[in-house]
Amino acid sequence: MEAFTTHSGTVAPLDRANVDTDAIIPKQYLKSIRRTGFGPHLFDDWRYLDAGGLDVDQSTRRENPDFMLNDPRYRNASILLARRNFGCGSSREHAVWALAGDGFRAVIAPSYADIFFNNCFKNGVLPVVLKEEEVSALFENAGADTPLRLTIDLAAQSVSSEDGLSFAFEIDPYLKDNLLKGLDDIGRTLEHVRVIQEYESRRRSEKPWLFRTL
Amino acid sequence: MSKNTLFDKIWNEHCVREENGTALLYIDRHMVHEVTSPQAFEGLRMAGRDVWRASANLAVPDHNVPTINRLAGIADPVSRAQVEALEKNCADFGIRLFNMGDPRQGIVHIVGPEQGATQPGMTIVCGDSHTSTHGAFGALAFGIGTSEVEHVLATQTLIQSKPKAMRITVDGPVAPGITAKDIVLAIIGEIGTAGGTGYVIEYAGQAIRDLSMEGRMTVCNMTIEAGARAGLIAVDDKTVAYLRGRPYAPEQADWDKAERYWRSLVSDTDAEFDREITLQGHAIRPQVTWGTSPEMVAPVDAVVPEPEQGANSEQVTGWRNALDYMGLAPSTPITDIRIDKVFIGSCTNARIEDLRAAAGIVKGQRLAPTVKLAMVVPGSGLIKQQAEQEGLDQIFRDAGFEWRDAGCSMCLGMNADRLEEGERCASTSNRNFEGRQGKGGRTHLVSPAMAAAAGIHGHFVDIRDIQER
Repeated sequence: MEAFTTHSGTVAPLDRANVDTDAIIPKQYLKSIRRTGFGPHLFDDWRYLDAGGLDVDQSTRRENPDFMLNDPRYRNASILLARRNFGCGSSREHAVWALAGDGFRAVIAPSYADIFFNNCFKNGVLPVVLKEEEVSALFENAGADTPLRLTIDLAAQSVSSEDGLSFAFEIDPYLKDNLLKGLDDIGRTLEHVRVIQEYESRRRSEKPWLFRTL
Repeated sequence: MSKNTLFDKIWNEHCVREENGTALLYIDRHMVHEVTSPQAFEGLRMAGRDVWRASANLAVPDHNVPTINRLAGIADPVSRAQVEALEKNCADFGIRLFNMGDPRQGIVHIVGPEQGATQPGMTIVCGDSHTSTHGAFGALAFGIGTSEVEHVLATQTLIQSKPKAMRITVDGPVAPGITAKDIVLAIIGEIGTAGGTGYVIEYAGQAIRDLSMEGRMTVCNMTIEAGARAGLIAVDDKTVAYLRGRPYAPEQADWDKAERYWRSLVSDTDAEFDREITLQGHAIRPQVTWGTSPEMVAPVDAVVPEPEQGANSEQVTGWRNALDYMGLAPSTPITDIRIDKVFIGSCTNARIEDLRAAAGIVKGQRLAPTVKLAMVVPGSGLIKQQAEQEGLDQIFRDAGFEWRDAGCSMCLGMNADRLEEGERCASTSNRNFEGRQGKGGRTHLVSPAMAAAAGIHGHFVDIRDIQER
């Protein structure tokens, strides 16, 4: 996994609450058996006027000029700004793969749905939690003619702009450490193989029915 | 005196190790479907890892499978490839699979309980948010992403920080005609789609105890729509009776011991919850969602709200966007909303009890001529067989409904079953998000009886009026 230490980039403001994972990546793209290729389909139903799919030639698609990501100011954005409960709904990790695939390294919102939040950390994407009023302040700045640029420093747990905006954020130490080092969860867990095996054999003798072969 | 919640008991039992508040949680059962697993198996192969305990896994294709002409196979080559990938992965790693031709095939969250693979006190995960369904059995069950699917396959554990505990008590009996779906929609209307974020929710109270196991599964299923990853209901006689004789239930030699353990899976009398919410069962009316989030819900005898009445500017904007997408004017009576399609199915409402409830409304009636399509999609091949033995299929067919094969179908439209632009659907599924059932499609979430009645009348009707006649 790609580590996340500090990141500077343009902010794309998506001024909606409760953005669900069906909106982030519509279902037809979930048929792919790969982890890549989802970027152009991020927010597909909002981003394009016509219907898309894995069998549709992407070069023929008509962009929706009213959708934020099609605004020239935000085309190269790498930090998504959103309202509360971002990523609600389905567990599809494809939502994070689509964000990462479209160049987003971080999301800033007042709150996230739990599964989406976890999925971000498996893919080197940092979901920053800021207070409602801080997020509102960022929205005010992000709508200007010159797009807002922010620097996110994970080690320092800070979000700042060149013209003086600066906010601190909280993060679980385990998740922070993993992301800073780009660590592989499975590798870390397998350091404890013995403990898992001991647990399992104890459980097998105490509750044998749980180990009935399916 | 122990003061543990049911959640505490299951959590503590499965904690393999703990470090700085982060637990390594042992996983007893892993359900697998075709959409969220291929990248996980690929990850195992690339790292040269094997599956830790293959027999803990149960796999079934559900999202992509056709619900019609199944013998012809899957027409869409991309969908077919995904289902074939599941077959290959299960064969390569030795995992039990109920494939498309197997009568046990169905929606993963319906198949697990039906087979007795879902049991009290287990930790159960699946790359699917509606894994919360299994909590109806007093199991800690939650949805995970594909990276976590790979983690479970490789280690039989998950790294988790412990959520907080919430108890939602629904007091007293509910009124006649009120179903589990109405209860859970009313709960979501009350606490909102983020109300449960960070929590595991235990459901309690007479209205919950009164529910059948099928109804309890409906309530736990939509826990994720309230933002909580897992819902829980204490074990009682109904739980034990449901499991007895199921194919993967404990064998006779272990049964008594298992049952004794299961019956301990209730919250202690003095258990403390981080948050408590109480609803009055008798006040719950049949629910219909009017917007693009499950929290945008109203009783059937109410009207579509005025966005200006939203609690804050964010809600005002959200409601305005929703009404615009749904093509609804404020103050429209819910019963004036006309529908184009009916979908009776999904992991929320495709169990035998749901089909019986819908058939009870449909019997001797005809689909309204303005309704283009009404589909009944049983939750599993076995449910389909049982419904046919009871003659339910004929009741639906006689009324003009289509009787399909088992799968997720138009809950999310990954197969060929979906809404066209602008079409409005009375749906027993769980999500009314924009585009969920098809780009531009408009979804109203209701109970099976309410969906059936809407199909007969061409618009929403109050089920209590029909059932009184």
